[in-house]
Amino acid sequence: MQLTLWTYEGPTHVGAMRIATAMEGLHYVLHAPQGDTYADLLFTMIERRNKRPPVTYTTFQARDLGGDTAELFKIAARDAYERFRPQAMIVGSSCTAELIQDDPGGLARTLGLPVPVVPLDLPAYQRKENWAAAETFYQLVRAFAGPHAPPPGTPRPPRAAGVRASCNLLGATALGFRHRDDVQEISHLLGRLGVDINVAAPLGARPSDLARLGAADFNVVLYPEVAGTAAAWLGRIFGQPSVKAVPIGIGGTCDFVTEVAALAGIDPAPILADLPSRLPWYSRSVDSTYLTGKRVFIFGDALHAIAAARVASEELGFQVVGLGTYSREFARDVRAAAKLYEVEPLISDDYLEVEQTIAAAHPELVLGTQMERHIAKKLGVPCAVISAPVHVQDFPARYAPQMGFEGANVLYDTWVHPLMMGLEEHLLTMFREDFEFHDAAAPSHLGGGLERREEPVAPASAPIGPAPIGPAVAAPTVAAAGGAATWAPEAEKELGKIPFFVRGKARRNTERFALERGVAVITVETLYDAKAHFAR
Amino acid sequence: MSGLAAIPSTSASTGCGDAPVLRERGQREVFCGLTGIVWLHRKIQDAFFLVVGSRTCAHLIQSAAGVMIFAEPRFATAIMDDRDLAGLADANDELDRVVTRLIERRPDIRLLFLVGSCPSEVIKLDLSRAAARLSQRFAPAVRVLSYSGSGIETTFTEGEDACLAALVPTLPAEPAEAPSALLVVGALAEVVEDQLGRLLAALGIGTVRFLPPRRATELPPVGRNTRFILAQPFLAETARLLEKRGARRIAAPFPLGAEGTTLWLRAVADAWGIDAATTRGVTAVGEQRARQAMTRARELLAGKRIFFFPDSQLEIPLARFLSRELGMELVEVGTPYLHRQLLAEELALLPAGTALSEGQHVDNQLDRARAARPDLVVCGLGLANPLEAEGITTKWSIELLFTPIQGYEQAADLAELFARPLVRRARLRV
Ligand code: SF4
Ligand code: SF4
Repeated sequence: MQLTLWTYEGPTHVGAMRIATAMEGLHYVLHAPQGDTYADLLFTMIERRNKRPPVTYTTFQARDLGGDTAELFKIAARDAYERFRPQAMIVGSSCTAELIQDDPGGLARTLGLPVPVVPLDLPAYQRKENWAAAETFYQLVRAFAGPHAPPPGTPRPPRAAGVRASCNLLGATALGFRHRDDVQEISHLLGRLGVDINVAAPLGARPSDLARLGAADFNVVLYPEVAGTAAAWLGRIFGQPSVKAVPIGIGGTCDFVTEVAALAGIDPAPILADLPSRLPWYSRSVDSTYLTGKRVFIFGDALHAIAAARVASEELGFQVVGLGTYSREFARDVRAAAKLYEVEPLISDDYLEVEQTIAAAHPELVLGTQMERHIAKKLGVPCAVISAPVHVQDFPARYAPQMGFEGANVLYDTWVHPLMMGLEEHLLTMFREDFEFHDAAAPSHLGGGLERREEPVAPASAPIGPAPIGPAVAAPTVAAAGGAATWAPEAEKELGKIPFFVRGKARRNTERFALERGVAVITVETLYDAKAHFAR
Repeated sequence: MSGLAAIPSTSASTGCGDAPVLRERGQREVFCGLTGIVWLHRKIQDAFFLVVGSRTCAHLIQSAAGVMIFAEPRFATAIMDDRDLAGLADANDELDRVVTRLIERRPDIRLLFLVGSCPSEVIKLDLSRAAARLSQRFAPAVRVLSYSGSGIETTFTEGEDACLAALVPTLPAEPAEAPSALLVVGALAEVVEDQLGRLLAALGIGTVRFLPPRRATELPPVGRNTRFILAQPFLAETARLLEKRGARRIAAPFPLGAEGTTLWLRAVADAWGIDAATTRGVTAVGEQRARQAMTRARELLAGKRIFFFPDSQLEIPLARFLSRELGMELVEVGTPYLHRQLLAEELALLPAGTALSEGQHVDNQLDRARAARPDLVVCGLGLANPLEAEGITTKWSIELLFTPIQGYEQAADLAELFARPLVRRARLRV
């Protein structure tokens, strides 16, 4: 039993829904109680889809449990076929139905429906949404491409001369973070390279399209969290290699172009010679100097987190001070990436732990999911969203891919936007007492909306304010054993002049410095002694 | 005088009291009772709701709440896993461990609800015993109660009913010689509670209490001299248990709209034997103001046809309000459950022949809605955008639970909720 406030991933059947909803001509019959129909709103409200997800829920009730829930399932499956006439169906259980063990796959078989029915076994009490999306896609790929597999051991025939190379574009789902735009961007890039797309799936594909997957020369796995399992199977059965590079950021996209070109037998040089992205120049332009060494904490699914770390570090000159993921399945990759930046990897889906870790790292920017947006808001730190789970505002009306060269532009804009602009930040540091530059001031281009909160300037033990009237109490010169030092009012005031995002750290460092040296009252001198000490 | 004269007596033989109801079975597109936590945890400020369930349950609450992330939410889910399903003794130990950790982390909790879910019900995890056990362990600082919000037993607002019903046996006993007191039952926005409280005081009702209370430490006493009135229509079990404790229910329509609020107040006044002139003196101003404030919405809504999908059980009182006070035409009024007894006064006020449906077969109902082409459809979040995309204007119903809508001063706001989608539709040129 795990105490959970907020979850990064939904239940397994939501993973299956993301596949079903992405595809055309596929219908999902889900054995589930009525409350589970909430999942529809993920697609209709959060993603703003204009159609109901192609899902029929049996919505059994307590009074059915003694009776015949299996019959209820059969009726629902038969009705769903009659009404929607899909090319194929998937059937399965939600967490509650798993406990009553009705075997939707077996029941559906007895109906003799005239279309293929793929049963899903998605253990609800062991697994989560992303695993289940991958498993569902894999089962569908197997079911539809499998019958077209060559005999085992057949070598892949070489592509005929003069025929353009082709690939499958795999992994985009419904409710995916910018999947729709990424598919468009990468399709465009592949087109410029001269590579055809055989099938893009699951997003936009029909079951009959999956049957044609084997015809491609290789696979582009946009989202390994979803398509990794299927691509590995296609590799084994059809001898199709997969492109490993993730086309996020300039470096990632160039690596991707190089890898695709090698598989397709194409010269990448013309594309690489003239990158259609402003990120490299924007990042080198002088205004971006202030981005140097900005402390950034990154958390998300493994794919986006690892890619974001690279972009942050190599392309924006940030300092990565934290890197983590909730995708335990990809923990190894994230650990390896964390080594590059010499940070402790955070592998956790415990919201409270993520919150604590972020707070302790004192970042100046957080790149995360919608959960981290709330954490950052609480800490008064700017934030940009880089990964699912996301909310309705992360499905923008405009074209905003994360991948490819246009994606790099989007990353530059969305990560830099929440920050102070260069000169503005300098002025803020120099003239802290200006009424417009108080701590709650947001970057001027963001209006007044950004909330900034932080620990109070005054520690509880030494409230500042009008000096107490009356005989001054002689300040003790040695700290009581184990007791924390108190702040002299001028030192407290000086501390207030330090930018808010490093002030917490400055306070702690100074107090530690004072404690170690037995200084009872922190003066302005102590503050600068500590600063010098820690600067070494 | 006010418009009171226009209100027919609730015992009139017109209305829908015995009208036939279309009973449907099929896919229900309604939240489960866990959803009530989203408003209940804000209402009772020192209570905490711990769902004992699955990842689905945790995901439902966070999605239904529109993913509002509260800094310190007063709800959480104990997500069961394979090990808990293996043996029940194990699950109980695990639950004790989780609760202990929670109470250590949150010393401000005075009342903890263990909320059952489908998985906990199906594996027959006995949360009432667990609650008794934990209550003993943490007494007197924390009281632990349990109820079920599971989707196999409750729809949407029935979660609130189950929660309040769990509170009823724990309410202190009112001494036999205590003077009559009024208990208003059902979670209301604080502004509504305060307004109704002022009106009831003006009527001369000496003691007025509310269930749920704002703080778990302020549970209202109940006894033979308690008269209670429901402020929400979905509280059947709570009402039954209050009656078991000797309290007597005041039957009335619900305080939605000018008329509904007046009838609701008048039912209380009648129970207290307050004369009609005094009652009119108290209600006239508010009622008149509410009617005036609704003029604009009435112009927009009169003659428009409305179709209700079943959702919150507020459908029948809302339909009554919209048809009688705003002149809307009722195409179909669906409700997840129809409690004839609690809604008798409401049903009597509906136009004769109103098409009522109970339960749901969502696909068939969508077919009916498409065929009827109503001007406005009231439905849940899963259906609203798909219907809009088909050209049908909708009002999503969950807002009706998150907005103060009861009482005179909110009547126009309530009307506006229905007018706004139509206004928007008329404005847009895209
Ligand atoms: S319907 Fe049941 S399993 Fe689903 S969220 Fe509600 S209580 Fe949990
Ligand atoms: S719970 Fe566990 S709960 Fe039920 S579908 Fe999921 S992963 Fe699920």
